[in-house]
Amino acid sequence: MLSNLYPEVPLQEKQRLFDQVKADPRYESYLYGCYECGICVAACPSARFYDFSPRKITQTMAREDIEMFYEHLNDDIWNCSQCFSCTRCPRQNNPGGLITIMREVAVNNGLKSTKEALAGYTRIIYKIMTTGTQVSPDMLQEDAFPDWGPQVKEVASHLDLWRRALPPETLHTTGLSWQVEERTMLELYTIWKLTGVLDMISELDEGLHDIMEEVMDDALEDQGFTVG
Amino acid sequence: MNPKDLPMVGRGTVPETQRVFRPDPDQTPDDDIREAVLELGREGEWIVQPVPEPYYLAPTKYGRSKKVPFEKTWHHKSCGQCGHIPGYSTSIFWLNRFLGYDYFDPRDQTSCTAWNYYASATSNQVAQAAVAMRNFSAAYETGYFPIIHCGTSFGHYKEVRHELVHNHELRRKVRDVITKLNRPFVMPEELVHYSEWMYAIRDQLKARVVHDLSGITATVHPACHYYKLQTGDAIYDPEIYGGQRTAAVTAVVQELGAQVADYSTWYDCCGFGFRHILVQRDFTRSFATMRKIEVMKAEANPDVVLTHDTGCVTSLDKSQFATQAHGRNVGVPVMSESQFAALAVGAHPFRVAQLHWHSTDYRPLLTKMGIDVEAAWAEFQEDLAKIEHGSMEYLTWESVL
Repeated sequence: MLSNLYPEVPLQEKQRLFDQVKADPRYESYLYGCYECGICVAACPSARFYDFSPRKITQTMAREDIEMFYEHLNDDIWNCSQCFSCTRCPRQNNPGGLITIMREVAVNNGLKSTKEALAGYTRIIYKIMTTGTQVSPDMLQEDAFPDWGPQVKEVASHLDLWRRALPPETLHTTGLSWQVEERTMLELYTIWKLTGVLDMISELDEGLHDIMEEVMDDALEDQGFTVG
Repeated sequence: MNPKDLPMVGRGTVPETQRVFRPDPDQTPDDDIREAVLELGREGEWIVQPVPEPYYLAPTKYGRSKKVPFEKTWHHKSCGQCGHIPGYSTSIFWLNRFLGYDYFDPRDQTSCTAWNYYASATSNQVAQAAVAMRNFSAAYETGYFPIIHCGTSFGHYKEVRHELVHNHELRRKVRDVITKLNRPFVMPEELVHYSEWMYAIRDQLKARVVHDLSGITATVHPACHYYKLQTGDAIYDPEIYGGQRTAAVTAVVQELGAQVADYSTWYDCCGFGFRHILVQRDFTRSFATMRKIEVMKAEANPDVVLTHDTGCVTSLDKSQFATQAHGRNVGVPVMSESQFAALAVGAHPFRVAQLHWHSTDYRPLLTKMGIDVEAAWAEFQEDLAKIEHGSMEYLTWESVL
């Protein structure tokens, strides 16, 4: 059945996005065709709790069904768990990998559905890109993880003390997972800038991009690091 | 949920079949990447950092032997382990010290950033490869060999290596970035996960076990990113599950003397989801408990769930609190095999394994292992008092070995 969920979006625009996915160098090693056997769906955690099917996405990409592709790009890809259980595929497809590429394209083009899917997540992007570690001990707060039980409150209330009661010297941190040297951070900022990652953020969240750019530029300038 | 007939003898790790599975290098869907890495080294494309001797030769899925170094290791730490379950990494370091191995815990290390990449895709192929190669370069410059704590970092780096080997344009772009950082362009001869090191040292651990674990039943969750990404480069042992599932974790736990029990949803992921664990935990919680913990409870009733990745420990442990409130059949402690092994050979449950960072009640397990929980907690409280009053700045390695 043809998708008709996004009739207001011109076919050329959907085709343009599809072409961007297909142009990724990984694409041809992630898609070889599909038997419709459903092994990927049986192995998929997201398929058990969402209306989500790695088989459907793989089929759509193999058939080059542009309308359905656009529907997946907006309504499905953020449900994937990225566990890659679907690589059990007997045709050696990598549906999870296809979804990684689709997500990159969705971010690069600032799709509204992508902004919504990542709305609560942007503080994590800030954390990883400006500190070089993804989660920090001080993120363990009762209001952020109420479902993890009273132990989270216990950690939060003793955080500094409990971190000092860790034998590895690199772990005496609360705002980072471990101590990261300044030069190391500057090198990471340089990588983000040289590879266009910072530009990707501007498509997703302009405010976040501006803050991160200022943090990185100030740090690089202070230490005389030049990028380019 | 009713118990199921499972294809393992006595719910253990021996298959109920007469078939013998022989690893066949010709069957591998991935090429022998190490040979390609060495060839590119000979062509001057990059420096290949050799695995330091002495090393262990471990069997992999399709028969290639993998070199796993015992020491001179550069520890590529994990965001979630260090940040939220620090007894995980502390136990790995402690075991190195316990066995007298030389290692390096770097500050010149960033996250692999793959958690963010799999959660938000706010990165790209070149950036991800550059982050990996910067870390490899940092390891090389210290003279120590990278060993990777996180299953996702390990899997992602295997993907990155595969892409760099097969795509010269990507290699050129990444080399340009690394050159701008005034770093050498280095690829390690092997990518090694810490659980492979655990596999390599399992007999040394066995000789040092101080607690009788024969009454302990464990279920093992094999981490998806350890063995589902670049499948050929993961440890498979003919003695464990007939070589049909990865032997990481299971081989170590059995060597320590505990029983490993099988359960039907072993292949399922933990429900971490990368994005989901942070902003859509209803999914994570449902999957982790309904497809993993409850199935383990119904089919194996384990004393502990053991795994070898950051996200898996987090999902399987933290998801149980809210689920328990609904009266579901959960309530099993979850930890890494490094913590379990450290406990088995005498590590302190709070100074080293740092179990007070875990959510699900671990005290019945410790008691069953013969560890006096109250006494250990009192000792740890004394440490905390000393730190608080300034007579000790930090808990030191000297005081925990």
